[in-house]
Amino acid sequence: MAVSLLKADQVSKSFGDGQPVLVLDRITLDLVEGEFVALLGPSGSGKSTLLRIMAGLIEPSSGRVLVRGEPLKGVNPAVSVVFQSFALFPWLTVLENVELGLVARGMPAPEREKRAREMVELIGLRGFESAYPRELSGGMKRRVGFARALAVGPEVLLMDEPFSALDVFTAENLRRELFELWTHRKLPTRAILIVTHNIEEAVSLADRIVILSANPARIRVELPGLPPDLRQVKGPERTGLVDVIYRIMTSPAEEVEAAIAAGLPQVEEAHVYQMLPHVTPGQIAGLVEHLRSRGGREDLYRLAGDLGLEADEILPVVEAADLLDLVEVVEGDVVLTEAGQKFAASDPETRRRVFRRQLLDRVELVRELVAALEASPGRRLVGAVFRARLEQAFSRAEAARQLETAITWARYAGLVGYDPKLDLLFLPAGAARAE
Amino acid sequence: MKVPVLALTSGRILRRWPDLLIVLGLVAALSGLTAAVRLGRAYPRPAVDLSAGALPYYATLSLGRMLAAYVLSVGFALAYARVAVSGRWTERVMLPLLDILQSVPILGFFPAVTLVATALFPGSRVGPELAAILLIFTSQAWNLAFAFYGALITIPEDLKEATAVLRLNGWLRFTRLELPFGIIALVFNSIMSWANGWFFLIAAEQFGLGTEAFWLPGLGAYLRAAADAGDVRALGLGLLTLVVVVLLVDQVLWRPLLNWADRFRYEETGGLRPPASPMLTVLRRSALVRQFSRLILTRLFGPVDAAINRLFIRLESRPRPAPRPGHRTPWLLVLGGLGLSLAVGLGLIRAAAHLLALSPADWAELLTGTGASLGRVALALAVTAAWTVPVGVGLGLRRELGSRVLPFIQVAASVPATAFFPAVLLLAVRLPAGIEVSALLLMALASQWYVLFNVVAGALAIPADLLEAAAIFQLRGFSRWRLLLVPGIFAHLVTGLITAAGAAWNATVVAEYISFGGEVYRTAGIGAFITARAEAGDTPGLLAGTLVMAGLVVAIDRVFWRRLYGWAESRFRVE
Repeated sequence: MAVSLLKADQVSKSFGDGQPVLVLDRITLDLVEGEFVALLGPSGSGKSTLLRIMAGLIEPSSGRVLVRGEPLKGVNPAVSVVFQSFALFPWLTVLENVELGLVARGMPAPEREKRAREMVELIGLRGFESAYPRELSGGMKRRVGFARALAVGPEVLLMDEPFSALDVFTAENLRRELFELWTHRKLPTRAILIVTHNIEEAVSLADRIVILSANPARIRVELPGLPPDLRQVKGPERTGLVDVIYRIMTSPAEEVEAAIAAGLPQVEEAHVYQMLPHVTPGQIAGLVEHLRSRGGREDLYRLAGDLGLEADEILPVVEAADLLDLVEVVEGDVVLTEAGQKFAASDPETRRRVFRRQLLDRVELVRELVAALEASPGRRLVGAVFRARLEQAFSRAEAARQLETAITWARYAGLVGYDPKLDLLFLPAGAARAE
Repeated sequence: MKVPVLALTSGRILRRWPDLLIVLGLVAALSGLTAAVRLGRAYPRPAVDLSAGALPYYATLSLGRMLAAYVLSVGFALAYARVAVSGRWTERVMLPLLDILQSVPILGFFPAVTLVATALFPGSRVGPELAAILLIFTSQAWNLAFAFYGALITIPEDLKEATAVLRLNGWLRFTRLELPFGIIALVFNSIMSWANGWFFLIAAEQFGLGTEAFWLPGLGAYLRAAADAGDVRALGLGLLTLVVVVLLVDQVLWRPLLNWADRFRYEETGGLRPPASPMLTVLRRSALVRQFSRLILTRLFGPVDAAINRLFIRLESRPRPAPRPGHRTPWLLVLGGLGLSLAVGLGLIRAAAHLLALSPADWAELLTGTGASLGRVALALAVTAAWTVPVGVGLGLRRELGSRVLPFIQVAASVPATAFFPAVLLLAVRLPAGIEVSALLLMALASQWYVLFNVVAGALAIPADLLEAAAIFQLRGFSRWRLLLVPGIFAHLVTGLITAAGAAWNATVVAEYISFGGEVYRTAGIGAFITARAEAGDTPGLLAGTLVMAGLVVAIDRVFWRRLYGWAESRFRVE
């Protein structure tokens, strides 16, 4: 699984000396590599306080912050912060503002300027290098804030209501740009936490949405976000999720479960996945070959005996073959389908093609994987994104196994490539869909 | 115009009486120690050339001292304010100390600077020169330190957080955040401090006690000599020179600085634009100057900045040694503490002895004089408020007019009240009880600008929508003043009056005691008391007068002004 980069561990915070007011109540929030998490809560719920504690700007009253498992002391060296107010230095130019964090790290001038210019270019500020913040519009100032925070290449980027000071159109635009840079892995950061009170914003950006209550802030519920390709589109899925969150946030704590129950089925309907049995393509091929040698039809129990397997071991393999429409089960007998016949009789290359076709026809998750990869201009995505999506239908562990299985099958079919070290899915060179 | 430091400090540290008393004790001890100094010999009084031809030379000397003192003041202000905000403890001690120093009249520093002049460089001119610069410094530095302190504690939280997250070290924090943020407050208050320096120039170029006095050639000494000789023509010429120098410095130094500082404005607030500066325009257009400044920036400041930055990175990344368990006694600290306590004790005993040596008649004179001065200060402030409130509000509400008139007023404000000396003198000499009128006039002149500028700032800060609402509801005349304008400017007015009161108290030493043509014109007052005792070389009297004035000014500030300000803030605050 992905590494925990930054974790708030049972963090509480109270303010005031005489009668301290509890603002945060034992909050645990873990940011793992590759994640975009939204912290959603009503105004004044202490979200920004939590962000500041995770940045090491404020000390928690109790609990601790862990940076890659190590307890944090002082200001967090692994994070950058994008502040709600722009917090730019008005007497420094855009480039000087962006460079500031690099100056503080003692980077030599030429290298520093190069890095800063790259960041200015990436964030869309080219041509404004020598402008002063007061000469810029709100949207441009916000870009400077992003560039300044990202120039130092932080492990984690914390954003405190980054779009709330902007007008709707500018905010929408910037959000989309940011999201695209993130999904194409162009941002020099490994995880993002955004604090917001805007439900749409959370839904349109995050892999995971953490909803806080107010007075004091507690984590009410954590919801998985939409799959990346659905986040930026104003479709029914997005509306549905926004609706659920809205219902949760406007109802008292005890009704959370009900709100989810009432709301989530809508979302789930759109995302019902088959349960993939955890078997390898090799096991499926073995079954199909054996069936062919038996004339294309065999009793399930005999089959198990023939293959030296227990019933509960053979069942998943049959299920998988059934799912792929290579076999079907008729009155306790396992029967080869037409596709199964073809698969069993072919050379490896043709087999692969048959398998690919069956996968794309039959397995929704694989179809989605491929579609998402094709839709992303970089043709690569992190697995976490899909795991988050699958967690809507499965438990956390099962979601991971589901994805693992789907990836194994799709790799065999030559549909996707996968780098487990980076948890990175990509389209292999020359990948072609069947037909 | 002035940073309302009060708004930030009134609820903060300054309410603590115990701290204040401790600091007052320290000051008393220090002055007790230095007041015990005897010079041992009289210094020759140099002949002052009263011809017009000597004036440029004298003016240059005085200007040099002023500049030196100003540079010193700025350096002091930056360091003092920076250290003061660096910790809870430093703030608790340094802020009351600054408060008290600000209310000590300039003559109260005579013993201390005399010590510097004689002890450090005996027999050389360097000593007296240094002492004169220090005296001018005492009339400039406190205000600047307060201004920079006020700026430092108003730095917005988000900028501080950005500084922390970007991991800026102490050097970068100071040069990229704190100094730029404080520049505007520093420049505005520099103009006031500078005017204040001119005001006390005469006192600074002739100091010492009784016959054991130092005289330094300069514009102040020239004016003093002209007054002593009763030479009205020379006095007029000297003052004309003073005004010319003041105007010149305004054009060459302050206006360009004001314009330049505008780039450090943090927010676009509804202030008036600084007056145009032809000088800065010329400088900016000159390719030569541009090349030169670029060269200096890249070749000199760049590498120096980078080197200091590297040094700070190295220093601050070094892991701090864990505090050792407390069984080791830091002997050096204990010894230092003992030595300090000993000196303080000794100083307090000296001070007490001096105060006890004063006769009941002396005390009676001092206390009745204090009462008279209190009345004079109050009257001067009332007169000031009476004309500055309508004028200031008028200028603040009519921005067009304000932008055109304010530059002239700023120039007028930079001319020290002492420039009106001849007129004042004529009053004092000719009229019966003329010294009463002239004292009042000088005090009002010395303090009025603080009130005016603050009232203008207050009027500018009245939200436009409130003004529009008042217009729609047809608020006019008295009710407009009562319901909108007075509440709108009240907190600013109080800030201005507080500063003005300090200036008026300080001005008593110049205004209540005038010597002209070998004759002394004086009235009952604490300023007259202090001046007379200093001239007579009466150290105990000088010490008593100084402590009473400082104590009284601080006490009035606490008991009256700050409460008034707190009330005004909570009552009339416009969000």
